Amino acid sequence: MTATDEREVGAARRRKEDARLITGRTRWTDNLTVPGLLHMAILRSPFASARIVSVDTSAALSRPNVVAAFSGADVADVQGSLPCAWPVTEDIVHPDRPPLAVDVIRHHGEAVAVVVARDRASAMDALEAIEVDYEPLTPVLDLEEALAEGSTLVHPDKGTNLSYTWVFDSAAAGTGADVGAVDAEVVLERRYVQQRLIPAFMEPRSVIVDPGAGDYTIWSSTQIPHILRVFYALLTGTPEHKIRVIAPDVGGGFGGKLHVTPEELITFMAARRIGRPVKYTETRSETMLAGHHGRDMIQDVRLTARRDGTVTGISVKLIANMGAYLGLVGPGTPILGAFMYNGIYKFAAYRFECTGVFTNTTLTDPYRGAGRPEATYLIERVMDELAVELGLDPIEVRRRNWIKKEEFPFTTVAGLVYDSGDYDAATDKALALLGYDELRKEQELRRASGDPVQLGIGTSTYTEMCGLAPSRILGALRYAAGGWETASVRVLPTGKVEVVTGVSPHGQGHETAWSQIVADELGVAFDDVEVLHGDTRTSHKGLDTYGSRSLAVGGIALVEACRKVRDKARTVAAHMLECSPDDLEFTGGAFRVRGTPDAAKTVADAAFAVFAAHDLPDGIEPTLDADATFDPETFSFPHGTHLCAVEVDTQTGHVAIRKYVAVDDVGKVINPTIVEGQVHGGVAQGIAQALHEEAVYDESGTLVTGSFVEYTPPAAADLPDIVTDRTETPATTHPLGVKGVGEAGTIASTPAVVNAIVDALRPYGVRDVPMPCTPERVWRAIRAVGTETEGGRS
Amino acid sequence: MSSTAKITVTVDGDQYIDTVEARTLLVHYLRETIGKVGTVIGCDTSNCGSCTVLMSTADEPARSVKSCSVLAVQADGATVTTVEGLAAPDGSLHPVQRAFHEMHGLQCGYCTPGMIMSAIDLLRENPDPTDEEIRDGLSGNLCRCTGYQNIVRAVRAAAGEEVAP
Repeated sequence: MTATDEREVGAARRRKEDARLITGRTRWTDNLTVPGLLHMAILRSPFASARIVSVDTSAALSRPNVVAAFSGADVADVQGSLPCAWPVTEDIVHPDRPPLAVDVIRHHGEAVAVVVARDRASAMDALEAIEVDYEPLTPVLDLEEALAEGSTLVHPDKGTNLSYTWVFDSAAAGTGADVGAVDAEVVLERRYVQQRLIPAFMEPRSVIVDPGAGDYTIWSSTQIPHILRVFYALLTGTPEHKIRVIAPDVGGGFGGKLHVTPEELITFMAARRIGRPVKYTETRSETMLAGHHGRDMIQDVRLTARRDGTVTGISVKLIANMGAYLGLVGPGTPILGAFMYNGIYKFAAYRFECTGVFTNTTLTDPYRGAGRPEATYLIERVMDELAVELGLDPIEVRRRNWIKKEEFPFTTVAGLVYDSGDYDAATDKALALLGYDELRKEQELRRASGDPVQLGIGTSTYTEMCGLAPSRILGALRYAAGGWETASVRVLPTGKVEVVTGVSPHGQGHETAWSQIVADELGVAFDDVEVLHGDTRTSHKGLDTYGSRSLAVGGIALVEACRKVRDKARTVAAHMLECSPDDLEFTGGAFRVRGTPDAAKTVADAAFAVFAAHDLPDGIEPTLDADATFDPETFSFPHGTHLCAVEVDTQTGHVAIRKYVAVDDVGKVINPTIVEGQVHGGVAQGIAQALHEEAVYDESGTLVTGSFVEYTPPAAADLPDIVTDRTETPATTHPLGVKGVGEAGTIASTPAVVNAIVDALRPYGVRDVPMPCTPERVWRAIRAVGTETEGGRS
Repeated sequence: MSSTAKITVTVDGDQYIDTVEARTLLVHYLRETIGKVGTVIGCDTSNCGSCTVLMSTADEPARSVKSCSVLAVQADGATVTTVEGLAAPDGSLHPVQRAFHEMHGLQCGYCTPGMIMSAIDLLRENPDPTDEEIRDGLSGNLCRCTGYQNIVRAVRAAAGEEVAP
C-alpha cells in the first residue's frame, strides 16, 4: 500500500467542537426538551445506614403540578438490580443494588422516593411532603474495622463485609520469581493511603426518557451510550432494538459518567409508569453525594532490594473500599492497577493482593486513571524511599532498575509485554527542562542555612496501560464485555465524508482528531469530514470512551475503515483512468497513474462514480462505504517523566509548586494542541489529589464534603503553569503508532508532587505526608517527627 | 403558592416581559423561561461560576454576575448579556470567544460560557493583566478539564483587543 501523505496528522488544528461550545449553542441533556416533558426530583436518605420503616408519598401527590410520586416499595417487583459488569472472582460477594432503596439504606444520599411534576421546581417542592420513617442503624465506615470479626455488616444477609480477594503472584503465573525467594539486603515496608476522591465533572448528570409506542428514546449525560443501551435492554426487558440512547454534548466525565446509574433506571421507570417523557437533572450536591467516588484504598507495600539499588521484588496488599454496593466496574478498578505496580522497572518478583470491602459509603468506581494512579503513586513513592535508604539520587535508583531502550519488547514481572519506550530520553529531557542540578544545589544551600522555606524535588517516571482493551484479556479477567472498537466511513455523493465512531467523546476533541486522520487517509479536506457519535441510531455498535482507549483502539478501527474505502475507490479510479489498480499510487490526496501524475482521480471522483453507478467495473458494489472493528492484541504503554519542584514553608505548612515539568511519550501524536491540553488537565487533577481534594465522611456516615464549598477542586490561582514536552516512541502493535493520553497526567503527577514535599522535609525526618497535603497536614507531619525525636514519644 | 412579579429585562438585545415567581433565580429565568440555555448551572453553592453573565442597570455598568446568585426580579429593568449574545449579528466571534478557540481554552466546554463572561469583565477592569492577575480574576470560575493554563493564555491573547460586550 502506498503511504499516505500526512498533511493533517500532527498538525495543531483548532477544534471543530469549539464553535458550538463558545457560542452557547450546545446540546447538554438538561438543555433539551420534548413535548409533554415532565420533571423528576429524588428524595435521598439523610442516613448512612437505616431501616426504612415506611414511606408515604400521598401528601406529595396533592401538591400543585405533581403528576406522580413513588417509592422503592412501589417498584420493588419491577426495578431489578443495577449491574456490576466486572465480578473479578468466581466467589465474589455481589449484593443486589436496587435503584430505589426498598427496606434498607446503605449510604448517605441513597435514593428513597421520587416526585414527578409538570415543572422542576414543583417536583423539588413536593419532596418535602414525602414522609419517611427511618430507623437509624450504626454505619460501618472504617476499612479495617469492616474486615474485623464481629463487625457490623453492610449486607447482613451476606454474612461478611468482604466482597473479594484477588491475587496475582509472579511465581504462580510463571512471569517471575517468588517474592520470598529473592535477595533482600534492603527491606522497606510502607503504608500509603489513597484518599477518596470525587470525579467532579462540571456538568451534573442528566437524563431524559421519552417512551414512545413501545420504544424508548433516552438522552443521558453519559460516557457510555452503547453500554447503557445494552443494560437498559437487560434490566428493563425492553428489546434492545426498541431503545435509542443518545449522549449529546457531555460536560466531562473522568470516569464519573462510566456508569449505569440508579437515576437512569429510576427515570426510565417513571416514564414507563406515567407514559410521558421525564427528565431528571441532578443538583451538584446530588452529584457529590450519589455519583460514584474514586480511589479510597489502603496500600501496604514491602519492597526488597540489593544494596546496589537493584530492586528484587515487590509485594502489594490493598484494601479497596467498594462502598455500599459494587459499581459497574468497581471491583475491577483496583485490578486495572494490578499490572502496573512494577512500573517501568525490571523486578524479579511480584505479588499483588487486593481485598474489596463494603462500607456504608457511596460506591467507588473509575476515576481518571482507575487503579493506575494508585499503582504509580505507590511504586514512585517507594522508589524515593529506597533512594533515601541507600543514599542514592532518586533518578539514579530508578535508572538502575528501569527497562532500557534496547530491551523492548519487554515482558514485565506482571506478565505484560511493553512494546516500546525510551525512559532515558524522557528523563534526560525533563531534567534539563527543570534545571535539576541547579535546584539540587539551591536545596543544599537552603538546608545548610536552615531556611524556613525548604525546597523539594519530586520525581515520577511513570508508565500506564492504555487502549482498553484486548477482549481476550478482559475475558480472562472476568470482565463481562469486550474491548474492541468500531468505525464506519461513509462517502457521500459529493465527496464529503461521514464517520461514525463507536467512541463517545465528552471533551477530548475526537471530532477534530478523527477528521485529521480521515483527511490524510482519504485525501479529503479536514472540513469535509463530519464525525458522528454518541447516538445508537447512527452508531449502533461501540464500547465508548474511558481508559484512554478512544484513539488507541477507536482510532485504529477508523484507519482500517478508511483503508477499506480507499481500496474500493482505487478500483473505481482505475476503471475511470482505464488502468490497472496496481498502476495507481495514492499521493497528494489522489490516485495517480505512476509516471503520468496528471492522470488522477480523487476519492470524491470515485464517490460520484459509484453514486451514478452508470459505468463501474463488473461485480463492484456501487458504494465506497466501509466498516472496521478493531480488537487490540495488547495494551499500549505511554510513559514519561514528571518532575516537580516545591517550596514548603515549614512554619505554616504551605506548599507552593515552583516548577512542574511533564515530558510525556504518548507515541505518535495526531494533534499536539489536544495532547498538551490533555496533559495540562490530567496533571491538574493529579495535583488536586496531592494537595486539595478529599471526600470526607463523619462518624455518622454523613458526607461532609457534599458541595464545592467543602470539596475544593483547584481554581486557576491554585495551579501552576505546566512545562510540557514530549518524546515520541511510536507504539509498534498497530498501524497508527499512538498510545493514548487521557489519563497520563493524572497518573504521573500525584507522586511527583508528594515526593517533592517529602523531599523538602527529609531534614526534619519526615518520610510521608498523608494526602491531600494541606498546610495543616504538612505542619503536623513536621511537628509529629519533632515530638517523637525530642520527647522520645511516638 | 408563591408571590409573583412582572419583570422587564433585556437579554442579548431582545426585551422580555414576563411574570416570574419572586424566588426564581435569574439563571432559571434565562434557561427555563426564555430558553437561553447557553448559560448553564454547575453547582448549587455559587462556587463554580458556570452561570456567569454580564448585567447592567441604569445605575451600574455591565458587570459579571453569577446568575444563580441573582433573583430574576432583581434583573427587572436590567440589561443582560449571555454567551449567546456575544457574537456579532454576522456571526463573527467576540475577541474573547475567538481567543478561547485559538488557544484551546476549553475541552468539554461546560464551564466555558461562564469563563468567557468572567474573562470579559476581568479585561474590562484590567485591560492588560498579568498571568497572576488573570488566575486571581478567574478564581470564581471552576474548570475541571484544562488545568486553566490555556484559559490564561486565551485571556492574555484577548487582552489589548476590543473586549467590550
